[in-house]
Amino acid sequence: MDASEIEKLAQLARLEIRPEDLAEVASRISNVLALVDQLQAIDTDAVEPMAHPLDAVQRLRADEVTEPDQREQFLAIAPATENGLYLVPKVID
Amino acid sequence: MHNLTIAQMIRELRQKRFSSVELTQHFLDRIRQRDATYNSFISVTEELALTQARAADQRLAAGDAHPLCGIPLAHKDIFCTNGVRTSCGSKMLDNFVPPYDATIVENYRNAGVVTLGKTNMDEFAMGSSNETSYYGPVKNPWALNCVPGGSSGGSAASVAARLAPAATASDTGGSIRQPASLCGITGIKPTYGRISRWGMIAFASSLDQAGLMTRTAEDAALLMNTLASFDPRDSTCVDEPIPDYTANLNRPLAGLKIGVPKEYFGEGLNPGTAQAVEDAIRTYEKLGASVHSITLPHSHLSVPAYYVIAPAECSANLSRFDGVRYGYRCANPQNLDDLFKRSRSEGFGEEVKRRILVGCYALSAGYYDAYYAKAQKARRLIQQDFVAAFKQVDLILGPTAPSPAFEFGAKGKDPVAMYLEDIYTIATNLAGLPGMSIPCGLVDGKPVGLQIIGNYFAEALMLNAAHQFQQNTQFHELAPTGIQ
Repeated sequence: MDASEIEKLAQLARLEIRPEDLAEVASRISNVLALVDQLQAIDTDAVEPMAHPLDAVQRLRADEVTEPDQREQFLAIAPATENGLYLVPKVID
Repeated sequence: MHNLTIAQMIRELRQKRFSSVELTQHFLDRIRQRDATYNSFISVTEELALTQARAADQRLAAGDAHPLCGIPLAHKDIFCTNGVRTSCGSKMLDNFVPPYDATIVENYRNAGVVTLGKTNMDEFAMGSSNETSYYGPVKNPWALNCVPGGSSGGSAASVAARLAPAATASDTGGSIRQPASLCGITGIKPTYGRISRWGMIAFASSLDQAGLMTRTAEDAALLMNTLASFDPRDSTCVDEPIPDYTANLNRPLAGLKIGVPKEYFGEGLNPGTAQAVEDAIRTYEKLGASVHSITLPHSHLSVPAYYVIAPAECSANLSRFDGVRYGYRCANPQNLDDLFKRSRSEGFGEEVKRRILVGCYALSAGYYDAYYAKAQKARRLIQQDFVAAFKQVDLILGPTAPSPAFEFGAKGKDPVAMYLEDIYTIATNLAGLPGMSIPCGLVDGKPVGLQIIGNYFAEALMLNAAHQFQQNTQFHELAPTGIQ
């Protein structure tokens, strides 16, 4: 894992890593990946991946509105709002 | 009063030895006087607790109170509590006041349980030492220069120091069992899907499970009856009948088959820990159980598989923290990209950022098959080992943690050294099985935990086995010096 790969991942994750920290972050992540590489040694061709411990399936329900309107409570905890909308920096130039 | 078990408190409240207000005030006073030493609480809810205690006393007087009415409890700061800050141990949520209660909080509130406050934890539940919390580390009441374990370090320390009779907690790779072991208390992580995760801030959705820290298995059984509920709001919650977890606590253990995995007694296990666990297994034999050597051949894949799956799922779950709808927002964002990057980079700690990056890598195009899909296959192999073992035995016993509590900073700069703390607990999360830790001895004055792993939905049997051990030993009654 080198600094440029970390920069690409940081962009994907919307994280900012300071240039002076890149080398250390890369080194620690490389340690984790070395741990994880132990998986490559096993033969898993005939094995089904397991996404859920109990192989459960998604429960469905009727398409009816059951949630109460809590818009005011949700807006009250937001950093910036106006007229019932969340405010963010300008997106479209 | 703080040395009473919850079972005793329930009786004494009804005998009017004291009121819920007196009991609650006692714990609030202890927290105020003593928690500066441990830092086990992030928020203490004094007014709320006393309001709830007064209401509980009224219900107790009216004679129609739930068994847990008036009992004080602390909640790990990962569970949303309506109107009460829920930080998840992070700067990202330092200002987050949820507009709703998590299902488990609601369950306890409806029963008349009193909320003492929110306990400290590793940031976003990522850690095994409670050293990554934005609110500072938690100290182990048994040795103040040592960690309490993590991520539920605050819940464990508060119960061990008798600042709360019990606490809720969560476990994704061992975060209930390992701190319970390091703090000398009883911890239970139920079967995946047994307890609703609605309102529990998500770390790794296929591994996370809510559970309990108590001083006895009997107390855990009493609390489990209200913790468990089928919740349609959590789509991974399983609609499995909920027994009375206290009903079979006293069943004798004759005929119980215990499996001891040879893989759990190899290199890396502290000799004192091994001895205490082996002695505990001998106690089970004296109680009528038969002990069988078993093998879980894919055990060595647990930590690598977990450190793909958990970071991958965490990178997805933590993508919601963007500074827009709740939580930390950076000052003067210049544009959207800046808003996201700086809010996240300033709001998250180093371990959280590291795991998000590892997770992104494991899920990114070109790497998904080699990492995430491969780990999900290893997971299947690990689960199959347990399924095979449970055809021969009823419960699996072994050490919870490789050694007693270690000193702050001892795990150094290599994250992998910390990850190996969870070497015995992680497989149960991967397989979705229930696990417990109960105290079984001391090594150099520090507690050792015995891990009990059960088959799916076998919590009642595990609690029975734990209770029988506690009826015949005194380890669960030991307390750290200086807590009286």
